[in-house]
Amino acid sequence: MKKGYLDMELLRFTTAGSVDDGKSTLIGRLLYDSKSIFEDQYQAIEETSRRRGDENINLALLTDGLRSEREQGITIDVAYRYFATPKRKFIIADTPGHIQYTRNMVTGASTANVALVLIDARRGVLEQTHRHTFIASLLGIPHIVFCVNKMDLVDYSEERFLEIQDEVEAFSAKLDVHDIRFLPISALKGDNIVTKSANMDWYQGGTLLHLLETIHIGSDYNHIDCRFPVQYVVRPHSDKFHDYRGYAGRIAGGVWKQGDEVVVLPSGFSSKIKSIVTHDGDVEEAFAPMSVSITLENEIDISRGDMLVRPNNQPHVGQDIDIMLCWFNERNLVPNGKYAIKHTTNDARCLIKNIQYKVDINTLHRLEDDKVIGMNDIARVTLRTTKPLFYDRYQRNRITGSVILIDEATNETVGAGMII
Amino acid sequence: MRTYSLTHLKELEAEAIYILREVAAQFENPALLFSGGKDSIVVAHLAKKAFFPAKIPFPLVHIDTGHNFPETIEFRDKYVKEIGAELLVGSVQQSIDEGKAIEEKGYNASRNMLQTVTLLDTIEKYKFDACMGGARRDEEKARAKERFFSHRDEFGQWDPKNQRPELWNIFNGKKNMGEHFRVFPISNWTEMDIWQYILAESIDLPVLYFAHEREVFKRDGVYMAVNEHMKLKPEESIEKIVIRFRTIGDMTCTGATLSEANTLNDIIEEVSASRITERGTRSDDKRSEAAMEDRKKEGYF
Repeated sequence: MKKGYLDMELLRFTTAGSVDDGKSTLIGRLLYDSKSIFEDQYQAIEETSRRRGDENINLALLTDGLRSEREQGITIDVAYRYFATPKRKFIIADTPGHIQYTRNMVTGASTANVALVLIDARRGVLEQTHRHTFIASLLGIPHIVFCVNKMDLVDYSEERFLEIQDEVEAFSAKLDVHDIRFLPISALKGDNIVTKSANMDWYQGGTLLHLLETIHIGSDYNHIDCRFPVQYVVRPHSDKFHDYRGYAGRIAGGVWKQGDEVVVLPSGFSSKIKSIVTHDGDVEEAFAPMSVSITLENEIDISRGDMLVRPNNQPHVGQDIDIMLCWFNERNLVPNGKYAIKHTTNDARCLIKNIQYKVDINTLHRLEDDKVIGMNDIARVTLRTTKPLFYDRYQRNRITGSVILIDEATNETVGAGMII
Repeated sequence: MRTYSLTHLKELEAEAIYILREVAAQFENPALLFSGGKDSIVVAHLAKKAFFPAKIPFPLVHIDTGHNFPETIEFRDKYVKEIGAELLVGSVQQSIDEGKAIEEKGYNASRNMLQTVTLLDTIEKYKFDACMGGARRDEEKARAKERFFSHRDEFGQWDPKNQRPELWNIFNGKKNMGEHFRVFPISNWTEMDIWQYILAESIDLPVLYFAHEREVFKRDGVYMAVNEHMKLKPEESIEKIVIRFRTIGDMTCTGATLSEANTLNDIIEEVSASRITERGTRSDDKRSEAAMEDRKKEGYF
């Protein structure tokens, strides 16, 4: 077996940029140069490109999986692509960049470690660059990489690259982003994608692939605040495990150890961790994003939706919650409307108490007079929930800080919220 | 300082276990679709882990076309007994006998499409509200768009253009009476991940996956196992060669790969060097460019 494969990490990244920015070409090149495109896939898109009369082989066909997407030549939904190098396995959430598909970008960004934002070197920073960066920061993507593409068309000019870099830095200073990188590339020519460009001696940094392989993602989860939403109660009812009662769930934050004192929310009862159980044996410590079962020293009534936390570090508990809301549905948000809400493993209902403002996602201006929230809009909203939720700020913890809203008549997921 | 990180296989495992538990918690009557192929074996293995030390809290359901390899059925029965799970079988033959499905004619007749009828009937009969399967997004381009929780209307149909957005790890399993969900816990796994996981966890597989000598014939450039359900064309002839199967479906639509790989390590070497996707040997996908999308819309796995 290839050495190292079992030590690989998983990195999820999302790409933002329209087709014109060369996003599909970039993904195509990453897949192609890492030998992740198979012959039969290549033949199939070659054949389709030829039939459609495309001049070149259209690598976008690799990601545009639905018939209507191929017919219209656009991406309308998130497509997931996979590739691996000897160092890491990658999941790409390939999302369309057009403004009307903001909801898909938000979806793709929700689980990403890294966002690649493409900028056409000739056109520079556009409204959509602001929009893509804003969404990446709103969704708390820890690392944003600005790929200044088509450097070949600006004579690989360092001056142009720095100009764009300055402009991005100026507007992103207003956003909550921590790690920003810049890369001059040409996806078409392969400059600085997998191999270092011979055309840009002035650029001292590594290639895009190198960056993706080495960027530190170990601390992208919260390992400080202990949060364990109870997902399911395991009760074997067997002779061997007669009194076993395991609280199954996925750790949302912190490092948990056997013997730790815990408090159960909402009841407030406390106990100690007896064991952290997995099928492979008990473990001494557990952290996000592990799926485990926790057993406690005392018998307490605990069910799905409850949360285990540490006595000296507790989340907010409340029913009046402020969120940044992304609206996904064709039907507008109903002011004072009622929706079902999901938060970690908890289900409740909520009332839209107040729409504070809508964000102009191109200029980032607050529109306090425009409270009509339609599809792809982003707004700051106050909710009132039917029961208390146990939450953290989204920027502190993406798992305990996020909610979705569901239309109770259609059961559709109509909105996603980041708790402020 | 100690760093807290998981390997990619452990992270994929944690994600799949989370999904399996979410299904058990959100639905009243879920089921695990089990074909006896490596992907559904991995899902069953993950289910075993998710609910340990309790048993898997839902039945395994096999849609039996009657065209399975005998080795698959043998494995299925042994495996189900081993893990102490309940097995329910939906029979395509019975759907045909009842006149609900009509057998295809001709040399390339397959019961692949007919499975959908039996599957939907089985779902209705047992009133399953969520059916988990081993489909992966890397398998096929329509599957790349599939959600973890995929909503099906009362006719079992998939509407790819109107899928629910799926964010973070929050899954919306709400539905009306008569509707159900398909759930894919290993959506984010690749073929390579599956093999590595099988190796890491020492998971038992049907012998078909390993190189063995078998009587085959070549049709449309693909080696097919000689079997009672397929008639040879006059120009086709039988050879006895060493092959293995990269995927396992019906005998009538699963092509064999020339291979001497007979250990998991050999297979992993072979998969990592392969330049053709595993479904490249599946004739059911080759019927049209959107063959999978069309079948999925009707209610296919």
